[in-house]
Amino acid sequence: MSASVHDAGQAAPPRLRWLAATIGAFNANKTSWVGLVIVVAVILAAVLAPIIAPHDPLEQNILSRLQPPHDDYYLGTDYFGRDILSRLLYGARISLVIGVASTVIALVLGSLIGILAGWYGGKFDVVVMQTMDILLAFPSLILGLILVAMLGPSMENITIAIALTSIPSFARIARAPTISVKERDYIEAGRALAFSDVRIMAGHILPNIFPEILVMGSLWLANAIRTEASLAFIGLGVKPPTATWGGMIREGFENILDSYWLVLAPSLAILIIVFALNILGDGLRDAIDPKLKGER
Amino acid sequence: MGAFLVKRLGFAVVTLWAVLSLVFVVVRIVPGDPAQVILGDQADATAIAAMRTRLGLDASLIEQYWTFLSGAIRGDWGVSLVTGRPVIQEILSVLPWTLELTVVSMLIGVAIGVPLGVWAAINRNRMPDYVTRIASLLGLSFPPFVSAIILLILFAIMLRWFPVISARSGSASAWFQSMALPALNLGLIMAAYITRVARSAMLEVMQEDYVRSARAKGVPWHVVVWRHALRNALIPVITIVGLYLGILIGNSVLTEIVFNRPGLGKLIVGALNQRDYTMLQGMMVIYTLIVVLVNIATDLTYAFVDPRVKLS
Repeated sequence: MSASVHDAGQAAPPRLRWLAATIGAFNANKTSWVGLVIVVAVILAAVLAPIIAPHDPLEQNILSRLQPPHDDYYLGTDYFGRDILSRLLYGARISLVIGVASTVIALVLGSLIGILAGWYGGKFDVVVMQTMDILLAFPSLILGLILVAMLGPSMENITIAIALTSIPSFARIARAPTISVKERDYIEAGRALAFSDVRIMAGHILPNIFPEILVMGSLWLANAIRTEASLAFIGLGVKPPTATWGGMIREGFENILDSYWLVLAPSLAILIIVFALNILGDGLRDAIDPKLKGER
Repeated sequence: MGAFLVKRLGFAVVTLWAVLSLVFVVVRIVPGDPAQVILGDQADATAIAAMRTRLGLDASLIEQYWTFLSGAIRGDWGVSLVTGRPVIQEILSVLPWTLELTVVSMLIGVAIGVPLGVWAAINRNRMPDYVTRIASLLGLSFPPFVSAIILLILFAIMLRWFPVISARSGSASAWFQSMALPALNLGLIMAAYITRVARSAMLEVMQEDYVRSARAKGVPWHVVVWRHALRNALIPVITIVGLYLGILIGNSVLTEIVFNRPGLGKLIVGALNQRDYTMLQGMMVIYTLIVVLVNIATDLTYAFVDPRVKLS
């Protein structure tokens, strides 16, 4: 990084040049921007929910139950006469908080496990990764279901359950680049200077594999939001009357024959945010690593 | 080949043992006495003690572990705490429904995904490629219950082509009616994954020398694509199909609920709601067994499709 001092005025420092190239590549694919704009809009809607929601999401109005969309209720009302638009806005908060929290937990713990396994190698690596493979083999939704059912459906427990199901994936993602990076000369130099393992891993390996982990993070955020909604749909979401998208679909499903807008609005909401996050993640990956273009 | 099978089966046995042990531990550290749960809050102490004896919960942990493991091997997975029938019977009675749905969905996924991926690859960076990429990204964004509900609204409620609740009787048309929407739902999502992998695998293979040689000596274009290139691009596709089967089994839970179809999914949700621990133990074992067997089958398929793959 000392290069940035010497090269000042001639060429951008390597890290900045990389950033500029990445932004350029991200920019080249216009659809990535669509994803980014939608994600930012949903985050804003969730943050501003108390201000922009036309009604109280929990307020029941028995006189206006199961109304189709019209002027007072832009997206109609549910079985208890609650405003669907307001519930949708507040539900976005639950989805985003659980999604982001579980992804961050899984990213941190998974990367830690992957880096340690890749760095130390040998028996430790074999045992750890074999365990991860066994966990990975188990259908993650089923694992999540059982964990939430046993821990009890609270926001913390759902977050923990979703995080636990995605740790093995992050461990796999972090391990592979660690193994290839640790053979490089600059790591050898660090060792020759008697740097501690922790210093090399945190200061020299992590920054090099971070972009890849971050891209997977954005794709897994989409997955986490989808899993949370699936759990809520099965009845293992944050307890009613709190508005969650999956829970709204579960409640609306009972009246699907005559009032299908009850399930349509939250269904489209989930679809839009997950799609936007996938587009964004894809764009980021193409930008960071062009040779992976179009793969998953 | 023989050595490979022995090694893989050995790993399968270790995996199963690990999962069984995990299940044993998890079920026992969960708060709440199963005997109390079965008998309800009003039960007196003697009734609970009797039930504990019946469930074998008064034995030492090591004895319980031994009984559990040896029972699992013999196919004795205990009796359901709710219905009183043997767990293995309950599972085997609904297993065909889930397997049937999974297999048909997989076939739909491959039948749509592979040609679409090839089509996108040979039209790289042109309209078909863009459309396919957006469509497949959209497909894998769908939570399976959301796509199921949309299919239900569209085809069963608005168009009335299919019954809302699929009741299956003996005839072929009844089977088709009860299978069509659930299988289409899972198949389309699977097709999205397969398309992406097939596309990128084809892009790689099409740059190989033997593809250029084949074209240079005048082999017709469609033969080059479908015989020379596709055959070599199949390995990643098989990998994703094998990996995806685990997700497919998870997704079938949601699909079974939406379409009110019997299967493992409805069984596990019922067991969760009623705290049927023995049933849950059995379900976790059967899920692991399926995944382990699929993994072995996937590896064997590699060698079958590509003779260059050496199994070791």
